[in-house]
Amino acid sequence: MTQYLLSVHMVEGEEVPPAEVIEQMYKDVEAFNSEIQQSGHWVFAGGLHPANTATVVRADANGDIITTDGPFAESKEQIGGFWVIQAKDLDEALALAARATVACQAPVEVRPFQDEPEA
Amino acid sequence: MDIAAIFRAESGRSVASLVRLFGSIDVAEEAVQDAFAVALERWPAAGRPPNPGAWITTTARNRAIDRLRRESSRHDRHAQAALLQEADEPLEPVGPVSDDRLRLIFTCCHPALAPEAQIALTLRLLGGLQTPEIARAFLVQETTMAARITRAKKKIAAAKIPYRVPGDAELPDRLKPVLAVVYLIFNEGYTASSGDELIRADLCAEAIRLARLLVELMPDEPEALGLLALLLLTESRRAARTESDGRLVLLPDQDRTRWDAGLIAEGQALVRACLRRNRPGPYQIQAAVNAVHSDSPTAAGTDWSQILALYDQLLAMAPTPVVALNRAVALAEVKGPAAALVEIDALDLPDYHLFHAIRADLLTRLARHAEAADAYEAALTRASNAAEQAFLAGRAARARQKALD
Repeated sequence: MTQYLLSVHMVEGEEVPPAEVIEQMYKDVEAFNSEIQQSGHWVFAGGLHPANTATVVRADANGDIITTDGPFAESKEQIGGFWVIQAKDLDEALALAARATVACQAPVEVRPFQDEPEA
Repeated sequence: MDIAAIFRAESGRSVASLVRLFGSIDVAEEAVQDAFAVALERWPAAGRPPNPGAWITTTARNRAIDRLRRESSRHDRHAQAALLQEADEPLEPVGPVSDDRLRLIFTCCHPALAPEAQIALTLRLLGGLQTPEIARAFLVQETTMAARITRAKKKIAAAKIPYRVPGDAELPDRLKPVLAVVYLIFNEGYTASSGDELIRADLCAEAIRLARLLVELMPDEPEALGLLALLLLTESRRAARTESDGRLVLLPDQDRTRWDAGLIAEGQALVRACLRRNRPGPYQIQAAVNAVHSDSPTAAGTDWSQILALYDQLLAMAPTPVVALNRAVALAEVKGPAAALVEIDALDLPDYHLFHAIRADLLTRLARHAEAADAYEAALTRASNAAEQAFLAGRAARARQKALD
């Protein structure tokens, strides 16, 4: 089994869909979540608050901690939420992502986790 | 003895089995490359082995085992031991028969890989071409092509693209990129006329070889048969397509006695077989169009109504502007250039050189020579291949001349 990050990408500033569409989307995502919990693919998932609620923390060259308001990436494309799933191979992960993208009505990026080094 | 040619013909099977055995494309590719080095060293003196394919597989497998033993460290000794254990197992797959080359093709052409990576991997692993050859064929630097292949292999390993033939439900979708890759390889060989001429002809031959392999491995897939038929019928015209000085000769002007009758017969037989199966698809229809062209000993005798009907069918299946453009060429023959021009002017293909060239030809036939000259010039600036450019420049000049008369 390999773990994959399925991240949901949105473009900030795009028209917000009407309430019924959003409601349907939540229902579809919940249904998808139950299905993958049942099938054993679920590891973790969640929706994120918008990028303007984010804070970036970094250490500068002196070791001082700098705290900045806003997301790291200064772009319109931001992550809206994600799933961590486990799947036997990319084909299985892509099949799950296909269902995920329909449920959340946004593009989903599938990225493999590095294998943990053996102890 | 052309050792590289023998490897091109035989090594794909070895690579495919070794990927299954060792679970790593890298290990398999390196092993076969090692075997190639040994062959270059030994075959000139010892002669070609009676069964080169078996020799390559055995030699490569032994080299891989040696390499794994040498390179194992304490960290991955456990993994190496597992690999070596598998390496002792028989090479022939036990259970349902499935040619490893089929697994390899579907892996090389996985939709998660970019088309240029799919092409590079297919030519390298299945085609057994060396990286510099592939680089020259696609007019990129060798380092660029090597990096492309390395990245693709890394993605296959990191994302865990599985080594399998897709299940029945996924097969139609997964077959499309496989056929597209073979078609793109052929196209690169057939339409590119800059660079090393020999490489180009080899690419067409390579594509046909891969298309034959697909038919051998998937005899029930009519689109695989259709693709092979299309390639054979197109290839049959190669000799007539250029003059001895490299100038391009269009289909209506070709000396049809120079068409390869053997390839035509084979292509037409495949088209008939496809018709019997009655599961039409885009490659089969394009093959049928070419079969109609091949049927006529003269350009004047071409059954354009039949071709138009086929394009109607293709357009319904694949409603793209390029298909509409090709259909319009047939329409011009059946309903006249004016009707065809109306349809073409409605298409949105501003960057496609053939769009402008076809428009130009229709305008010429309608005696609108100044507009034709403009269109030929538009085509010229968009054409990227020397023979096509020379041809279009000539036509543009003639149209200009006629416009002034």
